[in-house]
Amino acid sequence: MRIVVAVKYVPDIHADRRFDAGRVVRSSEEGTLNELDENAIEAALRIVESLPQDEQESSEVVVLTMAGPEADTAIRKAYQMGVGRGVRVSDEALAGSDYFGTVATLAAAVRRLSDEAPVDLVITGMAALDGLGSVVPVLLAAELGLPQLTLAGKLEVDAQARTAQVTRELDDALEVLSAPLPAVVSVTDHANWPRFPNFKLIMAARTQPIEVWDLASLGLDPATVGEAGARTRVLAATPRPPRPEVEVVVDKGEGGRALAEFLIRNDLA
Amino acid sequence: MTTNVLVLLDSPQTQLRSAALELLTIARSLGRPKAVTLGSPSVATLAQLGAYGVDTVLQAELPTSVSQDAAHLTAVVSQALATAVRRADADIVLLSATFPNKEAAARLAYELGAGLVIDAAAVRAEDGRAVGHKRVFAGSWDTSCEVLTEQAVFTVRANSVVPEPAESSVETEVIGFPVEVPASATTVTVVSREEKPVVEGGRPTLAEAATVVAGGRGTEGDFAPIEELADVLGAAVGATRDAVYEGWFDTFIGQTGVTIAPRLYIGAGISGAPHHRGGMQASQVIVAVNNDSDCPLFEIADFAVVGDLAEILPQAAQVLREHKG
Repeated sequence: MRIVVAVKYVPDIHADRRFDAGRVVRSSEEGTLNELDENAIEAALRIVESLPQDEQESSEVVVLTMAGPEADTAIRKAYQMGVGRGVRVSDEALAGSDYFGTVATLAAAVRRLSDEAPVDLVITGMAALDGLGSVVPVLLAAELGLPQLTLAGKLEVDAQARTAQVTRELDDALEVLSAPLPAVVSVTDHANWPRFPNFKLIMAARTQPIEVWDLASLGLDPATVGEAGARTRVLAATPRPPRPEVEVVVDKGEGGRALAEFLIRNDLA
Repeated sequence: MTTNVLVLLDSPQTQLRSAALELLTIARSLGRPKAVTLGSPSVATLAQLGAYGVDTVLQAELPTSVSQDAAHLTAVVSQALATAVRRADADIVLLSATFPNKEAAARLAYELGAGLVIDAAAVRAEDGRAVGHKRVFAGSWDTSCEVLTEQAVFTVRANSVVPEPAESSVETEVIGFPVEVPASATTVTVVSREEKPVVEGGRPTLAEAATVVAGGRGTEGDFAPIEELADVLGAAVGATRDAVYEGWFDTFIGQTGVTIAPRLYIGAGISGAPHHRGGMQASQVIVAVNNDSDCPLFEIADFAVVGDLAEILPQAAQVLREHKG
């Protein structure tokens, strides 16, 4: 079983997140592995761990990301969880990529990995906590020509039958979907509890190598990705003014009345 | 040259909810509005469409080989939309911002080679281009993003505009159109699909409601005060992820749950963890009730009450009931 987990390096949601010149600032001090990608990594590791010993030995989990060197933090986090291999696609021409440029790049890297040996699954988190678009998994499936099983709250892979089945809860329905492998799967934070790294893996992760691939090695034309190929362009990004000072009432028996009066006064009731 | 704007209707079989009417209002501000459905529109829906100035509804006719459940697959929906876009010669496509719609929008944009903006809070035509305005990073930044391609696909957040009928209503014609679904679209098998019951006259849906009352750990599992206040306000009810994990409620507001941007958000017994704030911080007015005056939700609130929610919410509900007479 070969599984590629596509991950993203994002600004920590606890940090002061900001834009500069229309792009998200991704500094190495305040960045982290997208929390939801930990669920994707956990899902991949569990699938491999559920296989018979000999199949585990021939299995591989690869984390893949598209970013600058600061994103090595994210790959090392995946190594700490037990992932064996990490690839970072890095190229100056990738700056300013929209969804489609990102997906063309990730798909090209998945194809390169498939050229080495077949890839059975591509797993991602349900969203990146910076953009919250949730569309990269769908677009990856389209670009790779694979079935999509997205927003999985539960994922079961039958390695013998070579199928994957997911349970997904949508706003208006509960669905169980299945598809033959290879497939693209995205998992929610309900899918599992990501493991905590153990000391041995933390130590080993520090020196584990990270492969860096550029666009040329993927056979991608720089004009089709990055700002040059983007179908959308950020015109402006401005911080919102801070909210006015909060009005605090300490309840001494009339707190509910004060709340109601606030709503009535502001025409909100 | 007229800009043709195509709107996907989510619930044409019953009647259009506010989110769809908002999309139609935006569509009319951008050009000539048209609608597309996967189901047959009801009489009520047709009347609403007429009032909103929509003269054409394209109704997708799927091949009989596609089961009713499979009709919801992203690859099938996007195929229907792509066919409708060609048929209507649409320049802009608008969808509401549910997860299935985001996926269909993405796949449609992929098919069309169109630019894609997810979860816009406003869509405007600026210098001949469609521009999406978004509120990001938990409502702390405003961004605008222009679409450079000829066709543009947007998912639009609820409560972004006030629905407004057209100055004069029109006759609405339903035009069926056949959709060819390639075999590759149905490599995914729908093992089962259970639709959640829609309660007519019940509470509004969380994602679309103009007012939301939410409860967290501080409710200690008792959502009765939350629901009582919500019912007086005609609000939707939500919860934190923790409260849902505890089994106290079924739907949570947060970065990975439902993200909301209502006119009024009331959070009771909610400390305001980043995950929750990321899902509600774009709300216009934020009210917090908590017995801990140092909780992070107070930092982003407009109005806060320190005290026991089990006392405060029922009292507020009582005063509001009296006010409404």
